[in-house]
Amino acid sequence: MALNEEVEALRAIPLFQRIEASKLRLLAFTSERVRFQPGDLVVREGDIGDAAYIVLEGAAEVLVETPQGPLKVAEVGRNDIVGEIAILIDEPRTATVRTTEAMTALRISKELFFRLVAEFPQMAVEIMRELAQRLDRTTHDLREARAQLAAG
Amino acid sequence: MEKTIYGFVFRHSLPQQIFLLALTVASFPVLYVSLELPKQIINDAISGSGFPRSLLGLELGQIEYLMVLSFAFLGLVLLNGAFKFTINSGKGRLGERLLRRLRYDLYSRLLRFPLPVFKRMGQGEIIPMVTQEVEPLGGFMGDALAQPVYQLGILVTIGAFMLIQEPILGLAALALYPFQMYAIPKLQRRVTALAKQRVQHVRRLSDRIGESISTIEAVHADDGSNRLRADIASRLGGIYDIRYEIFRRKFFIKFLNNFLAQLTPFFFYSIGGYLIIEGRLSFGAMVAVLAAYKDMSAPWKELLAYYQQQADARIKYDQVVQQFDPPGMIDEALQVEEAEALPEIGPASRLGFENAAYAEDEISQPVRSATLSLGLDEHVAIVGPSGGGKEELGLLAARLATVTGGRAHLDGTALAELPQAVFGRQAAYVGPHASLFNASVRENLLFGLRHRPLRPADAGPEDAARRAARAAEARRSGNSDADFGADWVDYEAAGAAPGREMARRMVEVLTAVGLDDDLYTLGLRGVLDPDAHAGLAERVLEARAALRSRLDAPGAAAPIEPFDTGAYNVNATLAENLLFGAPIGPAFEVGNLAGHPFVRGVLEEAGLLDRLEGIGLQVAKIMVELFADIDPGHELFQQFSFIDADDLPDFRAIAARADRLGLEGLEAEERERLLGLPFLLIPERHRLGLIDDGIRADLLKARRLFRERLPEADRPSVEFFDADRYAAQASLQDNILFGRIRHGEAHGAARMSALLGEVVDEVGIREAVMEAGLAFEVGIGGSRLTQTQRQKLAFARALLKRPALLVVNMATAGVERVARQMLFLAARTAMEGRGIVWVLESPELAESFSRTVVVEDGRTVEDGTYGELSAAGGSLARLLRQS
Repeated sequence: MALNEEVEALRAIPLFQRIEASKLRLLAFTSERVRFQPGDLVVREGDIGDAAYIVLEGAAEVLVETPQGPLKVAEVGRNDIVGEIAILIDEPRTATVRTTEAMTALRISKELFFRLVAEFPQMAVEIMRELAQRLDRTTHDLREARAQLAAG
Repeated sequence: MEKTIYGFVFRHSLPQQIFLLALTVASFPVLYVSLELPKQIINDAISGSGFPRSLLGLELGQIEYLMVLSFAFLGLVLLNGAFKFTINSGKGRLGERLLRRLRYDLYSRLLRFPLPVFKRMGQGEIIPMVTQEVEPLGGFMGDALAQPVYQLGILVTIGAFMLIQEPILGLAALALYPFQMYAIPKLQRRVTALAKQRVQHVRRLSDRIGESISTIEAVHADDGSNRLRADIASRLGGIYDIRYEIFRRKFFIKFLNNFLAQLTPFFFYSIGGYLIIEGRLSFGAMVAVLAAYKDMSAPWKELLAYYQQQADARIKYDQVVQQFDPPGMIDEALQVEEAEALPEIGPASRLGFENAAYAEDEISQPVRSATLSLGLDEHVAIVGPSGGGKEELGLLAARLATVTGGRAHLDGTALAELPQAVFGRQAAYVGPHASLFNASVRENLLFGLRHRPLRPADAGPEDAARRAARAAEARRSGNSDADFGADWVDYEAAGAAPGREMARRMVEVLTAVGLDDDLYTLGLRGVLDPDAHAGLAERVLEARAALRSRLDAPGAAAPIEPFDTGAYNVNATLAENLLFGAPIGPAFEVGNLAGHPFVRGVLEEAGLLDRLEGIGLQVAKIMVELFADIDPGHELFQQFSFIDADDLPDFRAIAARADRLGLEGLEAEERERLLGLPFLLIPERHRLGLIDDGIRADLLKARRLFRERLPEADRPSVEFFDADRYAAQASLQDNILFGRIRHGEAHGAARMSALLGEVVDEVGIREAVMEAGLAFEVGIGGSRLTQTQRQKLAFARALLKRPALLVVNMATAGVERVARQMLFLAARTAMEGRGIVWVLESPELAESFSRTVVVEDGRTVEDGTYGELSAAGGSLARLLRQS
């Protein structure tokens, strides 16, 4: 059943890992499944984001505008999440995501996401936990980078 | 307007009133004889003697004599009834005509109020005056003369009868009337004053309620509802006090009246009894006087009632008329009457102001001294600080306000002396808030061209006669006899012939102001009558075919899945797939399918009934699981659930029972409810994976059966999808698409619009689609349009009539920047070589105008080109720095 496949994809993402299966099913059911053609823009740098995408199938590249033209900084594929920052804060997209082959993704709109978080506080706690871990990692990386610079 | 109600009544109905009075007086002898005759019959015909008698030369026996008198009595009764009927229906008709005239006069005056009045007077106050408050006046106005004379006549007759019968008792009976006549009006006057207060209080109450409705957003946003409740409660309290006081006084008057009426019999019994005992009065005379006295009470009561009614009516009339006579009303002759020849405004005309001043009241004088002369081939910008008088100068230039000092003139004629039609037909005005009617885009545009009936309505002779009769009746009440149904549109002013050319011209103007895309989108959503637009249906079908060939082209990622008789459409609901058509009326609506015997029969035959019930059970279980923890009022429910929050517990119970007993163990009604669920499924959207290939194949079988077996009686209830036919019930867009947009296609909606646009242009129906958009209803005050769209529409209305002068007053303040540029360009281009006076919200917008006038503190302080003034370092330069 297609819905179950989507639930599995959600479960593979750290942000949603610890959230109950029934809530993930609701999230999947209320989200839209979107097909992209090769070369379609999924998000565009500088746009105001209104949704995150979870790749179910296919692949895309992440590009950043530079004075020398677009620079590819990463690739995304199955079970990766794209644009999750935009559904948490009102920041313009920090990169462009363009499909390199046909891609299917689950589109989680900001509005829906917040509605679910408001409905199930447990989800908010799990997301906080995940973000705190990310912050911890970033802080750790920063400390190391500084140490390297100082040593450098 | 006449100052008193009697003035109004007599001025407009004196001959009719006199006729009614004459009829009333003429009825008295008949009434008298019909009262007299029974005595004759009893005394003379039944108990009389000396028969046969001769009557009019005929010899009559007792029986014949009785019959003659009896038939005479019957004739008199009929005659009396005929009099009453004629008088009463005459009164009714008179009253209704006067009421109609009064309402019309009030409304007509309302249209002549100077604009500032509407700042002080709320809708809630004005509307009840014209509608409810004057309603009871109608009855009174019909009765105004005949009623008191009639009742007084009866009273006098009976009084005279009593005096003749027995002077002393007669005097006793009448003794208290003078006192009543003195005391009761006095008491009544106080009640009347209270009633006056009540009317004012209620009027203010209705104004407050209206205000609550119009400010409801602020009331919710600021939690102000309890304050408003307190306000209304105190107002209702005031009304209660007044009403209770009125009741007390009214009942006191009643009590006094009754008491006095009972006091008279006291005199009869005491004085009359004494006289009888003394032997100075016969018993029979006393009984006669008593009986007569009883007859007096009815007319007396009527007379008092009339007096009360009259007092009420006078107050209501006074109060209403006072409100409808504000100072500064527009002269009737300038607005209502059609002038023989209107002065022409052209490029050579000049609009001039010399020391013009404008005061709204004693305190506020926004324009103190404006001096300005404009050629009506110039485009003049007026700038200034807000509140400095530029807006009011705009109103003066559009002749929407009248100068209160100095001079304002067009080619030497004072603006105030020009008929409203001069500017109304040859100039146009766009203000800060578009005045839109709750009608279609077309009607709103044409309002600027409808000044008087120009061509009679196309109507048969019967209809024409009916219209003529209605017009004649309207004239009798002093109403307008202009036919509302006639064609009022001044096509010449718009420069287009009636019909298609006019429609094209409207589309042209709307395109110029940048409403073309909106109009196109609205047109696509519109439902069009193919019979009224010859050839359109064929071209829509061409567009459909063109779209289909694009969708079928190899390699294209089609955003639409077309309807195909032999294929299951995975982007449509199961119900649509079964019907392969759109339901008309309730019979085949999706909610009614599961209970429809024919539908069940078809599903049974295709072997689907049980399987669909099974799928329904699965849907129910999934919904119960997904939405179990969600608050029933939550938006998620409304948006995503197949099952209403209220029904969810039922389905939970059904699912539980099915787990225990199996599908076969459920009640028929429960199974029917389950069957209703899968009809809503759209495989591509809901992705529940329940509609597998086997079901799809069998459903196509059911689709065929449905179409073949559909009983003749049910045919009109469904419009089948037919690739070669225009579906009259569906929107233009649905007719072209002939399919469903694919769910989950990235940028699908944009691709669909682009494709749609391509085929619409390919077959050349863009204009026709836009014309269909003209039928879009804009809602109350244009509420179904955005602020920018409303202003664009207002500009389009102004430009459609090709005015010699366009006055724009702060009209683009709330408009988006791009739209504003578009409106500037449209208006400036269309008005090339003709006059524009444009009051601007910010000074830098004046740059493109040939002339700029700065208004500050109610004075015209600078006048020149933008370049000169901005370089000169005066007021404009300062304004530019500040902005």
